[in-house]
Amino acid sequence: MKKRLPIIFLFFGFLCWSCNPKHGHVENLLIKGSDTEVNLALTLAETYMMEDPDISIAITGGGSGAGIAALINGKTSIANSSRTMKAEELTMANERGIRPLATILGIDAIAIIVHKDCPIKEISKHQLAAIYSGRLNNWKYLGGSDDEISLYGRQSNSGTFVYFRDSIVQAEYASNVKQMNGTAQIVEAIKNDRNGIGYVGVGYIQENKNQINQGFKVLAVKATDQSPAYLPTLASNIENGNYPITRPLFQYTNGHPKGKLRQFLSYCLSAEGQALVKESGYFPVTKAYWKQNEQALVMGQK
Amino acid sequence: MQIRRLIDRSIKRLFFLAAFLSVMVLLGIFGMLLINGIKAFAVIEVSDFFFGTDWNPSAYGKPTFGILSMLVSTFLVTLGAMLIAIPLGVGAATYLAQVASEKTRLILKPIIELLAAIPSVVVGFIGIVMVGPLIARVFGLSNGLTALNGSILLAVMSLPTIITVAEDAIRAVPRNFIEGSYALGANQWTTLMRVILPAAYSGIIAAIILGMGRAIGETMTVLMATGNALAMPQGFFDPVRTMTATIAIELGEVPYGTTHYYSLFAVGALLFIISLGINLIAENIAARYRYKA
Repeated sequence: MKKRLPIIFLFFGFLCWSCNPKHGHVENLLIKGSDTEVNLALTLAETYMMEDPDISIAITGGGSGAGIAALINGKTSIANSSRTMKAEELTMANERGIRPLATILGIDAIAIIVHKDCPIKEISKHQLAAIYSGRLNNWKYLGGSDDEISLYGRQSNSGTFVYFRDSIVQAEYASNVKQMNGTAQIVEAIKNDRNGIGYVGVGYIQENKNQINQGFKVLAVKATDQSPAYLPTLASNIENGNYPITRPLFQYTNGHPKGKLRQFLSYCLSAEGQALVKESGYFPVTKAYWKQNEQALVMGQK
Repeated sequence: MQIRRLIDRSIKRLFFLAAFLSVMVLLGIFGMLLINGIKAFAVIEVSDFFFGTDWNPSAYGKPTFGILSMLVSTFLVTLGAMLIAIPLGVGAATYLAQVASEKTRLILKPIIELLAAIPSVVVGFIGIVMVGPLIARVFGLSNGLTALNGSILLAVMSLPTIITVAEDAIRAVPRNFIEGSYALGANQWTTLMRVILPAAYSGIIAAIILGMGRAIGETMTVLMATGNALAMPQGFFDPVRTMTATIAIELGEVPYGTTHYYSLFAVGALLFIISLGINLIAENIAARYRYKA
């Protein structure tokens, strides 16, 4: 019994601390949505809660769609989404008096990888669409060997799967795309497949700096057939908006954020917050979105 | 005396309840699969479901719900697995039961049974990093994520079942059959092929069918190792996506109460019926063989 005494004291101490009147007016924020953003949101929330003890932030994933549905139903303060809201979601929100407003938390980029011996160095968005929809199925049309292209992608429960289809392919995927069970498996397969091509989040590539030694190669991507090609491995190419396969990571709120909510969002967009975004494998908000973010937050202040 | 009888009776009831419960769970699962699965056919034409080759419920354009490709994929992978596992499994079982010395048998049997303890994720991983690349190299393919890869892995996974059950069947062949054969002047090989294997025939078939059930229901390994392309496979060198893999991939993200959701239950119900059928056939054959021996 004596040995357990300190533990009991600790427990009661914790109880008293959590009942401390100072914690009485804690404001609760709920964040729900994208699985891509969930770890990043967690990091941001944890750091912010240490600075401001009067705020408690609870975060759940479930996918972009789930977050947006919760926002429409008034069940969350922030809906994280790696895609913009669909037209029918906006109408549904308007019907219920919800005014979704997006701030951009950061930028995610998708890299195109091939086997290390692949002679191709760059590819255009147009060519990617043709390859993944099955219209272009041989490397010789791209200046490579006369071999059938072996396609790798994610499974349909992945946001990246949907994003890549809707913004790059803009058609059904070819039915011979091999649907891999995660990014690591795509990379593993590409390393062993001379004719393989795959798309993966840039965060994954950045962790493996020396790709040639890793057995795969990252392609430079052109926005149009004429424009110059940019490599996603150079962070500056993504930060200045030159790399064409990027997607903003959204935080949707109901109307202009106010009070604690606004403070948290401002923190996310501050230098400190954006440093955390970069640490988590994503990229700071590009200039193109600054104005949108500023409007959303400044309006809330009034 | 009364109390003793009471305890006796209540224990009996308790055991009955335990047996009854497992039957109820089985019926409950089947009922749930059917009830949810049938709802899919309010939207999907039955013929489109069974004979359509395109499965694309979260399509860019119009969703399609044809399961023929994955049905063919499932049977293709299983067929391949059985082609590999039957000769190996029956051969190993025969060796263990008839040829091997008692000492060898005592070492080999636990090792073979240990094979069943390897988690399917691990087998799948081996498929990705070892067997797949090997297949690619041997057959000159660009990648090894094919039906053949799945078949080889599933063969390994169903071997313990096949060997254990087949060995029991072979050992159950009465001693006097074998001695009779030797007495007539037959050598060991002839005795094995003409007497022992035919006598254990139904048990061996039961073993094979049980192994097949294991192969059809396996999910993680095929999900990881076969590439999961939706196209109709043309042979063992094409990537395939089986029924189990489809359910595993899509059930996690499907919104409740949609046609897609119900159609996955329909696939599950079909898979359940196939597995149940296989097990019933195996039971039936095994029962027949018990009378014979």
